[in-house]
Parts: sequence; C-alpha cells; structure tokens
Amino acid sequence: MAYSEKVIEHYQHPRNVGTLDPNDPNVGTGLVGAPECGDVMRLQLRINPETGMIEDAKFKTFGCGSAIASSSLATEMIKGKSVDEAYAIKNTVIVKELNLPPVKIHCSVLAEDAIKAAIEDFKKKRASATVEAEAVA
Amino acid sequence: MVKLPIYLDNNATTRMDERVFEAMRPYFIEYYGNAASRNHAFGWKAEEAVDWGRETIARSIGADPKEIVFTSGATESDNLAIKGIAEMYASKGDHIITLTTEHKAVLDTCKALERKGHRVSYLPVTREGFVDLDMLRDAITDKTVLVTIMHANNEVGVIQDLEAIGKLCHEKGVIFHTDSTQSVGKVPFDVQRMNVDLASISAHKIYGPKGVGALYVRKKNPRVKLASQMDGGGHERGMRSGTLNVPGIVGLAKAIEICIEDMESDTKRIQSMRDKMWMDFRAELDEIYINGPDPIDKPESRLPGNLNVSFAFVEGEALMMGIKDIAVSSGSACTSASLEPSYVLKALGVGEDLAHTSIRFGIGRFNTQEECDYTVKDVVQSVRHLREMSPLYEMAKAGIDLTKIEWAAH
Repeated sequence: MAYSEKVIEHYQHPRNVGTLDPNDPNVGTGLVGAPECGDVMRLQLRINPETGMIEDAKFKTFGCGSAIASSSLATEMIKGKSVDEAYAIKNTVIVKELNLPPVKIHCSVLAEDAIKAAIEDFKKKRASATVEAEAVA
Repeated sequence: MVKLPIYLDNNATTRMDERVFEAMRPYFIEYYGNAASRNHAFGWKAEEAVDWGRETIARSIGADPKEIVFTSGATESDNLAIKGIAEMYASKGDHIITLTTEHKAVLDTCKALERKGHRVSYLPVTREGFVDLDMLRDAITDKTVLVTIMHANNEVGVIQDLEAIGKLCHEKGVIFHTDSTQSVGKVPFDVQRMNVDLASISAHKIYGPKGVGALYVRKKNPRVKLASQMDGGGHERGMRSGTLNVPGIVGLAKAIEICIEDMESDTKRIQSMRDKMWMDFRAELDEIYINGPDPIDKPESRLPGNLNVSFAFVEGEALMMGIKDIAVSSGSACTSASLEPSYVLKALGVGEDLAHTSIRFGIGRFNTQEECDYTVKDVVQSVRHLREMSPLYEMAKAGIDLTKIEWAAH
C-alpha cells in the first residue's frame, strides 16, 4: 500500500510533538485508543480561559504512519480555534486532507475522538475548579 | 556505499540464484518438450531433465526418486498431503493433529476438512514456539490418521525436533507430514532420520523460482497412499495430474543442490550476520524482545537467517515507514489484510500490544554485512524517533504501569 504524500510529509515532519503539563488547569488531555489495537493517541491543548481559544496543542501517538499523520494534522487544525470550533471538527476533514484509504479511516476517527476527549477533560477540570472555588467562597 | 533498497525479507521469498536461472534457461526456449511425450527427442530431453531433478531432490533429503511428486509450490503440497491423507484413510479415522502456529496453507486446509466432518486438534506451543511432545502423545487417538507439524516456522524461525515427533508418530502408527518449506536447503533435513512420511518443499524460499515445489511421499515403512486432488492425465503416478513444469523442476533441483553444497558456509555467514544484528540492537536500544528461541543461546533451534524482534512502544508499520529503504515484515495488523496482529506471535503468548511492534528480518544468501549494519543504524534511528513521539514510551519511562490503564478498545 502506498502512502499519500501528505501522510509521508506529516510522518517525517510531525507538527507539535510533545507534552503539556497535565496538571495545568488550562490544559486538557485526551488519551484514546489501546496498545492492543496498535493505536494510542494522546492529544493535549491549552486553552486561554479569558478568550476560550486554543493557544497550544501537542500530541504523542503510538500507531501507524496514518495515525501519526492524523494526530499531527489535528493539532495543526485546532490551534487558534475556539473550543466549540475544535469540538465540531469531523474525521472526514482529516480523511480528505490526508487522502486516507478506507482501511485507515479509523486513524482519523481516533484523532477526532482525541480532540473531543481533550476538550472534555478541560471542561471537567473547569467545572470542578468552579465547584472548589464556590466551596471556598 | 550500500545499494538501496535492501532486501531483508528472505522468509517471504528470495532472489533467484543466477546459477539456478542459468540451469533453467535452456528448458524454456531450447528443450521445451513435454516430459510426457514418449516418442520424440523433445520429450526425451524434457524427461531427462525431470529425472535429474527428481534424483537430485530425492538424494538431498534422503529419499528415493519415486517418492518425489512435483507440485506448483508448498501450498499445493500441503493441500495434497493433508486432504489426500484425510480422504484416503477416511475409513481408518477422521482425526488430524496440527499446531496453532502452522502456515495458513496447513491451517486453512485443516479448516476446510473440518467443514467436511473431520476433527482437527490444534495443539498450543511453548513460549519459544515448540510443540510439547507429551501433549502430542496424549492427543493421538485410535482415530488419528495424520499429524502435520512444520519443521521451521516462517515467522519466528523456531525449528521443531522432527526426529522425536516422527518417532512418536511411527510408534503410534500415525502418518507424519511436515511443512518443510522454510527448512529444506537451510538446515539438515533427512526423511529417514526424521521419520517423515510426507514433506512439503518450495523452490522460491531457497533461491529458486516461484510456482514450483514438491511433495515427498514415503513408499515403504510405511507405504503412504494419497487421494489425488487434481484430476487429469495421471502424471506423477496418478497423484498430481498436469504437464510437468520442466524449467521449474530444474530450477527447484538446482536450488536445492546449491543449498546442500553451500549449507555450511551459507549458514555460518548468515547466522553470524543475524547474531550481530541482534546483539547490536540490544546494545543500542532498551525494551526490545526476541520472538521465538534466543538466537545466541539456542542457535540450533532457530533458522539461521531469521530474527523476529518486538520494539516495544513503536508500531510495526510506522517503523517500516521509517526504514522505507529496507524490506522487512511486521506482525502488526496494519501490515496485513486482517485486523488481527500475527496469530503466530499470539500462540507464543506474545501480548497483542507487543505483537503490533514486531519486525521480522530475514537474512539470506545475498545479504552483506554492510547491509545489515546499515539496517541496524536505520532501525535504531527510527525506533528512537518514534519513541520520542510515543505516549506509551513516555508513560513507561515515567513508571506508569500500562496494564493498569483502562484503555478504550476500538
């Protein structure tokens, strides 16, 4: 199976590989997939609490080239977007952009799941922080 | 400078040896007769070549020329042996014993027979891939007609003790077939010493042409009979009809002849490259695991050129993409048609997480030390690069027990 040029490009030069402090209240972490399935994505984003915009995004992925490319592209796409805009991103956009063949569509689904999981983690943190703040008050 | 790409997938197929090619050449364009044409020189010349091939192959494995049946390859040989015995001895029994780690040509043939009412026992193997002789003994019943156990495994290279297995089968009066596709020509193989009744042989794994193979069928002590699976002109003593592939047969015989002649020097060179590769990987990388018998501790139990390694926390297909100038195989699901990782590794008790990270290196006659050194360098660099972006490696290094995490299987 031949890989699309875009997949190879992201594989060779992945964007935003790295780790954000998971304990930062403004950082949301999404960890999806399973080692047994051959795919694990961890996507992190830092959100500006004032503006609700995604200021930074990082990923680390265990998986095939298409999985790496999907997560790399996902971090690129969500940077600078609002939380709601990022949450609305569909896997089909990734499929189209990377020209993924049918057997690799699950990689794009995983990337979409990772974005959503990261945002939900952030929201959960915010909610519990608010509860704590209220409790203190 | 190393010439790229590098072929290190010699357990899948091999480059044909030029000596084999030269031996075959005249039988395409000069001596193109049908070996079954008994009444003219074209036929005689072809028949002569087939006779030479049959004798050469027989001599190489300790057999009689009349015990060699030519086929289109090992898959056909496996089918003919297993289905042929099941059908011929149906009145005696309906039970077959095999291993979970066999090649698909054996496993799927057994499954086809199960659909027709035969019973098949698929024996498990040890962590290194060996059959348990006691378990085999216990599995044999008075309804068992065939035991089919491969000599050397194509994925992890483990070599079974055929002598002991064959002896046990003969004591119990059960016919013993072995898929010796990966072993004939690479390690000593003798049908008498090993008590083998049927053996599948392929040309393209031993620097011969694709599309030709043979089945050894024992003629005495005991005399083994087969129900043919291909009907037609009654070639190969009725066991396999079809005009003989004369150039292919010459190629198969020449390939085996060269393998036997060069076995000692080939093995020494190939094994030393394999061992160095394994030791170099171990010196450069942590968290890597051998699949199958340890090449250094048990060299006699592993095919000389086979190395199967799990590079933990790095997915196999991603690694192959990183070493794109080197041809290898992976047990990862992503590189196969199925969604499951290698069933052979699974049978050895390798977890699916590690199975996804496995790479098979198959070193052969035409590989050089320079190629192997280049490969080690390239693999090490890629593994490091991919581990830098592997969340699992980061977590493992931070002391997180990955088995305790509730992963959402997808």
